[in-house]
Amino acid sequence: MKKTITHNRTLYQQAIKESFFKLAPSKMARNPVMFVVEVGSVSTTLLWFQALMSQGDAPAGFIGAIALWLWFTALFANFSEALAEGRGKAQAESLRQMKQQAPAKKLKRAWRKEGSKPTENDWTQVSSTDLRKGDFYLVEEGDTIPADGEIVEGIASVDESAVTGESAPVIREAGGDRSAITGGTRVLSDWLIAEVTSNPGDGFLDRMIHMVEGAKRQKTPNEIALNILLAGFTIIFLTVCATLLPFSIFSANASQQGEPIALTSLMALLICLIPTTIGGLLSAIGIAGMDRLIRRNVIATSGRAVEAAGDVDTLLLDKTGTITLGNRQAVEFIPVNGTPIEELARCAMLASLADETPEGKSIIALAKEEYGIQESLLSAEESNPMEFIPFTAQTRMSGVNLLGHIIRKGAPDTMIAHIQSQGGTASDFLKEVIDKIARSGGTPLVVAKNGQTLGAIHLKDVVKGGMRERFAQLRRMGIKTVMITGDNPLTAAAIAAEAGVDDFLAQATPETKLKLIREYQQGGRLVAMTGDGTNDAPALAQADVAVAMNSGTQPAREAANMVDLDSNPTKLIEIVEIGKQLLMTRGSLTTFSIANDAAKYFAIIPAAFAPIYPQLGSLNFMGLTNPILSAVIFNALIIVVLIPLALRGVPYRPLSAAELLRNNLLIYGLGGLIVPFIGIKGIDLVLSLF
Amino acid sequence: MTIVSWIQIGLYMVALVAFTKPLGMFMARVYQGERTWLHPLLSPLEQFLYRMANIKAEDEMDWKTYAKAALVLNLFGLLMVYALQRLQFMLPFNPAHMLAVPADSAFNTAVSFASNTNWQGYGGETTMSYLTQMFGLGVQNFLSAATGMAVLAAFIRGFAREQSQSLGNFWADLTRTVLYILLPLSLTLSLALVSQGVVQSLQPAQTASLMQPVTDEDGSKIGHQTLPLGPAASQIAIKQLGTNGGGFFNTNSSHPFENPTPLSNFLQMLAILLIPSALCYTFGSMVKDTRQGWAIWLSMTLIFVGALSLTLWAEQQGNPVLSGMGADQQAGLWQSGGNMEGKETRFGIANSALWATATTAASNGSVNSMHDSYTPLGGLGPLWLIQLGEIVFGGVGSGLYGMLVFAIIAVFIAGLMVGRAPEYLGKKIEVFEIKMASLVALIPVLTILGGTAAALLLYAGIRSIQDPGPHGISEVLYAFSSAGNNNGSAFAGLNANTPFYNVTLGLAMLAGRYWIILPVLAIAGSLAAKKRSPVSLGTLPTHTPLFIGWLVGVVVMVGALSFFPALALGPIVEHLMLK
Amino acid sequence: MNSIIKQAAVLFLLMTLLTGVLYPALITGIAQIAFPRQANGSLIMEGKSIKGSRLIGQPFSDPRYFWGRLSTTSPFPYNSAASSGSNEGALNPNLKQRSQERVNALKQSYTENNRPIPVDLITASASGLDPHITPAAAYYQVPRVAKARRIKEEKVKQLVDRLIENRQFGFLGEPRVNTLLLNQELDRLN
Repeated sequence: MKKTITHNRTLYQQAIKESFFKLAPSKMARNPVMFVVEVGSVSTTLLWFQALMSQGDAPAGFIGAIALWLWFTALFANFSEALAEGRGKAQAESLRQMKQQAPAKKLKRAWRKEGSKPTENDWTQVSSTDLRKGDFYLVEEGDTIPADGEIVEGIASVDESAVTGESAPVIREAGGDRSAITGGTRVLSDWLIAEVTSNPGDGFLDRMIHMVEGAKRQKTPNEIALNILLAGFTIIFLTVCATLLPFSIFSANASQQGEPIALTSLMALLICLIPTTIGGLLSAIGIAGMDRLIRRNVIATSGRAVEAAGDVDTLLLDKTGTITLGNRQAVEFIPVNGTPIEELARCAMLASLADETPEGKSIIALAKEEYGIQESLLSAEESNPMEFIPFTAQTRMSGVNLLGHIIRKGAPDTMIAHIQSQGGTASDFLKEVIDKIARSGGTPLVVAKNGQTLGAIHLKDVVKGGMRERFAQLRRMGIKTVMITGDNPLTAAAIAAEAGVDDFLAQATPETKLKLIREYQQGGRLVAMTGDGTNDAPALAQADVAVAMNSGTQPAREAANMVDLDSNPTKLIEIVEIGKQLLMTRGSLTTFSIANDAAKYFAIIPAAFAPIYPQLGSLNFMGLTNPILSAVIFNALIIVVLIPLALRGVPYRPLSAAELLRNNLLIYGLGGLIVPFIGIKGIDLVLSLF
Repeated sequence: MTIVSWIQIGLYMVALVAFTKPLGMFMARVYQGERTWLHPLLSPLEQFLYRMANIKAEDEMDWKTYAKAALVLNLFGLLMVYALQRLQFMLPFNPAHMLAVPADSAFNTAVSFASNTNWQGYGGETTMSYLTQMFGLGVQNFLSAATGMAVLAAFIRGFAREQSQSLGNFWADLTRTVLYILLPLSLTLSLALVSQGVVQSLQPAQTASLMQPVTDEDGSKIGHQTLPLGPAASQIAIKQLGTNGGGFFNTNSSHPFENPTPLSNFLQMLAILLIPSALCYTFGSMVKDTRQGWAIWLSMTLIFVGALSLTLWAEQQGNPVLSGMGADQQAGLWQSGGNMEGKETRFGIANSALWATATTAASNGSVNSMHDSYTPLGGLGPLWLIQLGEIVFGGVGSGLYGMLVFAIIAVFIAGLMVGRAPEYLGKKIEVFEIKMASLVALIPVLTILGGTAAALLLYAGIRSIQDPGPHGISEVLYAFSSAGNNNGSAFAGLNANTPFYNVTLGLAMLAGRYWIILPVLAIAGSLAAKKRSPVSLGTLPTHTPLFIGWLVGVVVMVGALSFFPALALGPIVEHLMLK
Repeated sequence: MNSIIKQAAVLFLLMTLLTGVLYPALITGIAQIAFPRQANGSLIMEGKSIKGSRLIGQPFSDPRYFWGRLSTTSPFPYNSAASSGSNEGALNPNLKQRSQERVNALKQSYTENNRPIPVDLITASASGLDPHITPAAAYYQVPRVAKARRIKEEKVKQLVDRLIENRQFGFLGEPRVNTLLLNQELDRLN
């Protein structure tokens, strides 16, 4: 997916071809501005024929040149759209290749879920296209998964590189948060039974292809609104130009010289005035916005979601993985009851030797690095049989039995109960230490040996680098960040303060999350969140922008309006930026397009009416020799010039709304006023060489 | 331009600002149903009116009901004015024995007074009976103004309310506007005007002897002058305050009986912009952010001052044609100089230009000088202010809602430019609002340019034109601009009292008023139902100099782009020919 | 909808009474008591006969009188029953012709005066009834009036000085001279 295909020769060739196909009136009619351009091109072409055959209303060469450039205007606009679509199409093509029909092992009705792996008698061989929602199928090692499904049984490693581009296999299993499988991916080992969750053609991959292709692209609300506004401008300028003919007829009579304005000039004026620049680039901007998301490996189920992303003013971010590194790190041993610190470190290390979790590993690392406990020091004990006690839901602690010593570590409340059951007591000092760690945002673990408290381990959440700055940026953009965590309020507050988020939700449950989102929305805020678990689904469905991790469950992916193939929770911030960029590009080019009209008036009006009123010549302060043709050429070329901007998007900087407006007004508003004067004059100079 | 000119203009602006806050605050209280110091006096009357008409003021209306109520009431007004004109010959209070007004003219006038345009195809002192003036025109001066203000109140509530289906009660808004705002102000102003010499009498016209008899066009000797009287002051006060503009006499406020002294002139000019300006504050107050009101006020003022400067400068330059024959047009100690054709000596250039700008900025349309005789660029200012859609102060109520619709468009584009779904005062601007706002922005262009083009193509349109050359286009363009935006002033050289113009301008006035009111109320209904988004740094501030500049830019740009070609063939080329 | 129409009808009629009858009647009543002279047209009376209004100009073309603004009312100038301006644009040939005629008339009536003519003397007023001219226009005519009346210029000039109405409160409007009052005073001089 991360292939660069911008500089693809065939892409351009394809786009050029497409821009001609798109001239079909049925396609042009979707865009009122460009439809007017096409009508203008056709009429001037007819006028040109008339001029060639008999008497035209202007020299045939002039009419021909105008007609030609009007056609170019339409073609350039089509080209921009085709180019934007082309990028998506190339991606869709590669997706489609792996979405070939696959054989499927459909389980018979009689098959019952419970039990072991189905045998050959339990399933029939069908084509993937015959699978329907609610059917069950079996996939085994080497099989291509025939349809999107929810695993009901089994565990397997799956190669999802087709969708994610990530070559490392992922584990998929029934229950839990990793139970969704995507049609088109491949089982590498073991087997799975899954229930089909989408009919053929509606699968995740299908939707992805649609989105990427832009084939079923629906206009987003803001795009529709902008289209209406542009149509409004078009009607205004149509009226201006249509009424100009009677005005000029009257004027010619009144001044008793000159001729009424030539239809060709009128048509040229019309096309120059209507907002062709933004009108021509509008759909390219939309498609390109979607494309930018796809490049970041995010699939949006609707353009609406992308747009809403730009609007989001509240981000709900999961603490773990987004704000902090996923794992807590041991940072300190705090002995109590006069225990030597080395003893505490040693016992903590022993209790963690069999602990494969990152926390456990970090305890060993800390003991080694900070306290110099070498594994060799353990060798004495090593020869003795060690009985490791793994963490279980019942005991909620782990440790080791060694030479009759019972060494345990675990969460404070569990450990205190353990100590008391062994006849020991938890000192007030211990409680103080525990409290202090918790208050600083850390997680305390208590270590005990034979029912005697040795001390506490300080596990700390490590805030990812650069997050503080990132949140400050978001704040400047007016976006509020809310950290969601299962931690207790004390810990949450400390981490929130360290990370610099605006607010936090501690001891979060799916219900409190949902409630929080509703509260924010009630206050008029637009909320974005990420999630992966099935229990996140209600909150995802409620949020305005919901990004599901691709590794998440099917319900989560269904409830969300975007899926992040990289399953990277930080992606949300980038998505917001892309959404904003999309809107900014539209707004800026609209301003630019309308501002351009001033110069075009000064070029065309004096030229068109000079025969009637030579005095108007003094408005031609640019001193143009081919004013009308120059304006039309400028109008066409500016579309081409702006295609890269439309595809790339207006550069985004995290600034406040007021600062952004000032910058963009200076560039696209003031620039839009000035640039065409220079451009038209330049084109006129070039034309005068011929 | 003399220093005294600037002092007078400065004083005018100071007076305008001084009244904006107190009056604006007062009106906000009225529209929020709060008690004012006038309540002890007027509340019994208000309750009496409600009882008689079986109105419950606290019954809320949704936007459609509100619109229906407004339209029905306006229809009654239209029919009443029409009937009075047609039947005045047989009705009382007709001392001059005026005849029935022809149907086309009566239609035009009925629409004109119902729509707050007050375009006058007729001459007041030669057409209308006292009864028609009082019962028909006088009443409409109040009701059409109150309709505009009530619609504005509903529109503001659209911003002020949250998740509400209703916009208030039209009857209550209308009644309160008349009782608490228009009547007290008119009462005060009319008495001040009478003290300056504006007539207020039910006697028939008086006859005075001429010191030096003259011969008329037929060669007969004339030794007397007929001095028309009538209940003028009471009507003039409300025509100024309610941005109506329909004069009691043919030459409106240039007539010495209608506007006799510089003080009466100052008060009348102040009355033109008084309510539209104060409504900006009312808006800010009702949406609980007065900065927003001042921002709109400043945007309007900037455009106003720009247009005023152009007109003032152009008029002070005088007419080169007259210079050629030895006229002294220099401003000096004993004369204001400048282009004095169609201007009164007591007002000079400054007060004429200021009035012309104010009356066209607001959709008032009263005049104290003849706009048709302005220099091309001097006339361009007023003409273009009208063409902007009467949103620079504009009509009472209608001007502000028009400007707010432009603010919605400005916010929409600016919102996109900062990468946020646009919102204004916390309300999201979405497809429906833009659709309605586009309708509002379209109407001036369609009626003005369409109407002018039709007139210029037809003999019926062309033969009414008085002036040759490009000025002919200016006259027709001005007529349709004025009617299509409910201004009512004219380049009066055009003979508009013909069936063609009476009908087409009548239709333009209808469209210009009601085509706008409906989408405006629809926007209000849609906004009221929405939640309010909280303000953050990501919200585009709409009270900063930057936004004010942007709003002005959008208004000016749309106005310039829509009308530049027409203006180029009218006033602009005329100016170039005059040089 | 029915109730709306009923409410509208009743409210409309009540408003008509309130704003169409009570309001003007109230103002007329107060005005007639408080400002009877102003409310009835600021008439200039000589006994029972009305000699004009202080506010309405009269036509003058006799060299013995001060001339006022041009008036394009019809069918005769300063017809106060049908106020009207010329409404002619700056380039209108009629405007040029009418102004030229006034220039010629002024020059012929007093050939010695070669000073530039104050512009208000050769332009039509807005109402066609403007009673005023600028002091500049009055001073311009002083020599002619004095000569036609065979009185000292100084005396006429003093009269003009006396009748100049300054700006109201010193800053409102423009300084001006009322031609009707001035000419009536002139007649009293003799």
